[in-house]
Amino acid sequence: MSQPAAVAGHQTHAHEAHHEELGFVRKYVFSTDHKVIGIQYAVTALLFLFCGFSLMMLMRWQLAYPGAALPLLGRILGEARMPGGTMLPDFYNELGAMHGTIMVFLGVVPLAVGGFGNFVVPLQIGAPDMAFPRLNMASYWFLFLGGVTMLASFFVAGGAAQSGWTSYAPLAIIAPGQTMWLIGMIFLITSSLLGAVNFITTIIQLRAKGLTFMRFPFFVWAQLVTSFLLLLAFPPLEAAGVMQLMDRLAGTSFFLPSGLVVSGQVLNVAGGGNPILWQHLFWFLAHPEVYVLILPAMGIVAEIIANNTRKPLWGYRSMVYSVVFLGFMSFIVWAHHMFMTGMGTTMAAFFQTTTMIISIPSVVILTALVISLWGGSIRFNTPMLFAIGFLPMFGIGGLTGLPLAFNIADIPLHDTYYVIGHFHYVVAPGTIFALFAGIYYWYPKATGRKMNETLGKIHFAGSIVCMNVIFMPMFLIGLAGVSRRLFDGGASYAFAQPVLHLNVVSSWGAWILAIFQIPFIVNFFWSIRHGEQTGPNPWEATTIEWAAPSPPPHGNFLVAPEAHRGPYEYSVPGAGKDFLPQFEA
Amino acid sequence: MESTTSDHAVDIDHHVRIYITVFVALMVLTIVTVAVSRFHLPVPVAVGVALLVATVKGSLVACYFMHLISEKKLIIAVLALTAVFFIALMALPILTVHDGYWIH
Amino acid sequence: MDIPYTVEVRRDTGLTNGKIGIWLFLASEVMLFGALFASYILIRTGAPVWPRGDTILNVPLATFNTLVLISSSVTMVMAWASLMRRRLGTFRIYMGVTILLGFVFLTVKYFEYSHKFEAGLFPSTNNFLAIYFTLTGLHMLHVFGGMCVNAYLLGPGSKLWETNPKWFTNRVENSGLFWHFVDLVWIFLFPTLYLL
Repeated sequence: MSQPAAVAGHQTHAHEAHHEELGFVRKYVFSTDHKVIGIQYAVTALLFLFCGFSLMMLMRWQLAYPGAALPLLGRILGEARMPGGTMLPDFYNELGAMHGTIMVFLGVVPLAVGGFGNFVVPLQIGAPDMAFPRLNMASYWFLFLGGVTMLASFFVAGGAAQSGWTSYAPLAIIAPGQTMWLIGMIFLITSSLLGAVNFITTIIQLRAKGLTFMRFPFFVWAQLVTSFLLLLAFPPLEAAGVMQLMDRLAGTSFFLPSGLVVSGQVLNVAGGGNPILWQHLFWFLAHPEVYVLILPAMGIVAEIIANNTRKPLWGYRSMVYSVVFLGFMSFIVWAHHMFMTGMGTTMAAFFQTTTMIISIPSVVILTALVISLWGGSIRFNTPMLFAIGFLPMFGIGGLTGLPLAFNIADIPLHDTYYVIGHFHYVVAPGTIFALFAGIYYWYPKATGRKMNETLGKIHFAGSIVCMNVIFMPMFLIGLAGVSRRLFDGGASYAFAQPVLHLNVVSSWGAWILAIFQIPFIVNFFWSIRHGEQTGPNPWEATTIEWAAPSPPPHGNFLVAPEAHRGPYEYSVPGAGKDFLPQFEA
Repeated sequence: MESTTSDHAVDIDHHVRIYITVFVALMVLTIVTVAVSRFHLPVPVAVGVALLVATVKGSLVACYFMHLISEKKLIIAVLALTAVFFIALMALPILTVHDGYWIH
Repeated sequence: MDIPYTVEVRRDTGLTNGKIGIWLFLASEVMLFGALFASYILIRTGAPVWPRGDTILNVPLATFNTLVLISSSVTMVMAWASLMRRRLGTFRIYMGVTILLGFVFLTVKYFEYSHKFEAGLFPSTNNFLAIYFTLTGLHMLHVFGGMCVNAYLLGPGSKLWETNPKWFTNRVENSGLFWHFVDLVWIFLFPTLYLL
């Protein structure tokens, strides 16, 4: 990965020549370079996504064929969890809780924010690195510690957490496996908090000359708002995590009511606690968290759509105001997850109203992205296919959220498969598609090579079909009344019998989806050495990251870039070519 | 923003005088709040008074020790935003659990 | 490669990176302690009975501790002011006293806690004590953390004064902001837990 630019680099970064050459460990393991850290985050996150996906594939066996022995794999997992290859309910619960936890906190967020945010944002704003490089390194290693803790939890006595990723009291307090989950969460929250401080400071302070806020690529706005969400919403969950740990380890009763009976015996605790308190503190984080999941994705899609339509984004200003408004509103909607906790009509009306209001900026952003396609000279490369695919998928996810926002309509839908269908549409063919798009798009910047287009198109085609096969039936199952987290997928309920076959459909969709990830995995590794070599700007894009060499050296730019215009000056009348980069004079 | 060293020294002298004044005020207010608590006022009143005194003390620390009174707009904006969410976190759960707690 | 605005301010914001960074971190800490206060409100209002703080806790000792922490806040800001006046010796004295006062605070709390434990009062005894130990325990961790940073700045960290005095002054100021915040939290904690 040596640079022809090394000569120029030597001239402009003369003092660099005086730094001694760092050893392998300081350069690639304990690095403070945002690009290395970004790749560490991305690779770690992809491994965890694979982990979380595998857990789900196991669950889907039990859901499709409840009580049936799983060939081969069943034997490996041992008699304690799968006697004779048949899944025990507690193991199913472990898989479910950890699938959610790993996908959200160890998969999507580290990839979207830690990976893409770290790698792209400093480059996109023309900065040499993040404002606090050593803090950045610490953030990654806290994530690593959190991940190790979460994985290790499977192997301790009692196993992993089995009370849902939501860890509701009182179950989570009396159930096994929760302690390491809580400790892991404290590491992960710390990682996110430190990262958020870094991102906000970097974006405000280290942006290039001429890069005003309204000239930011939308991706930068998305990451800025996301960081504020992480900064201010995570601490209450950290506090709650400490309190739940105290309930488990120190015998307190923050979340345990008086007179709680467990297995026929009254629990010997002081009581007087409130399980609803846990829900409030959890959802205070977890609602903004879902916007943490979607905002970077919208940012990625915006970049790729602008680039591949060869026109500016439609409604950039509206999108910016919307994303800021969305971030603000996300803090005051959380109790729509708690409509069934016995709140009165006044507060239910309050949260219902704020939730309906928050749908507006989402719609504005989605509409602006769709309208941006109109009249464009669309290039259907792999990143663009995933970006366009994101739009209707997020549309379905968002629209199916509307009945859940009304407290009346939520009554029959709460905690059913309808909810699972809703949020998976937003996160899976929504966010994850955007993340795939981002990988294909920024891979050349990180490696100097493009990924293979044919494999990419196969990956896309198979994935979009399978995603719909998996999640569309869930709306039907949920509307029929099947609850989530049932270890047999509803098989023991008479009313569920007419829809049970849909579990089989979803499961096969999931297993075939796995097969369609193989072209992606192969492509990812093969292209490192054999992908088509590219220069700094293979996509003919306008944003500042494309001014740096591919891959960028330590310090990123040979000459400090300056922003001369907006971020999406494509097809400007009178210009010699169909794009005017931000960084060109 | 940074002027000459001597200007700075004068500037600091002024600040130091303020620090000492605030210090005395904080000590006095601490005694006040403990003294008031001895009166065993009805709980809502006691809470109001205690929070009021604490807010005054806290504001003194924030404005003068933490220099917020002369801080840049960006910092004030971030803190104002935080204050809004802090209030939401204080108020909304209690309103939800005891619906109409302060309304009826 | 040098990161800009570590020492000099950026013109349009008027701030250094460290100043923004520490305030952002403090904003997150406001939410952390806020969640615990919100929990206190919820649990207390839902409880049929709730003891008055001064019936269980030692108010004179805590009043003393409050004065200790307030004093340490003054000495902390005076430590920074000494650096602004370019007096390293005076800085060392004030910073040393700040750390010492922090140590006094922790010692008093140690006695408070052990006295409770000896009397058979634990976090598990009732929710008042649970929230008391959790809030003051978390606060203590922050006091300890602040002391560690201050000790570093008094000790090995002070070498930076020789090569970059402005950067060192900024670091002391930012550490001071954290310390003041810890004092601020206590200003609210003390009446809430001990007097109401």
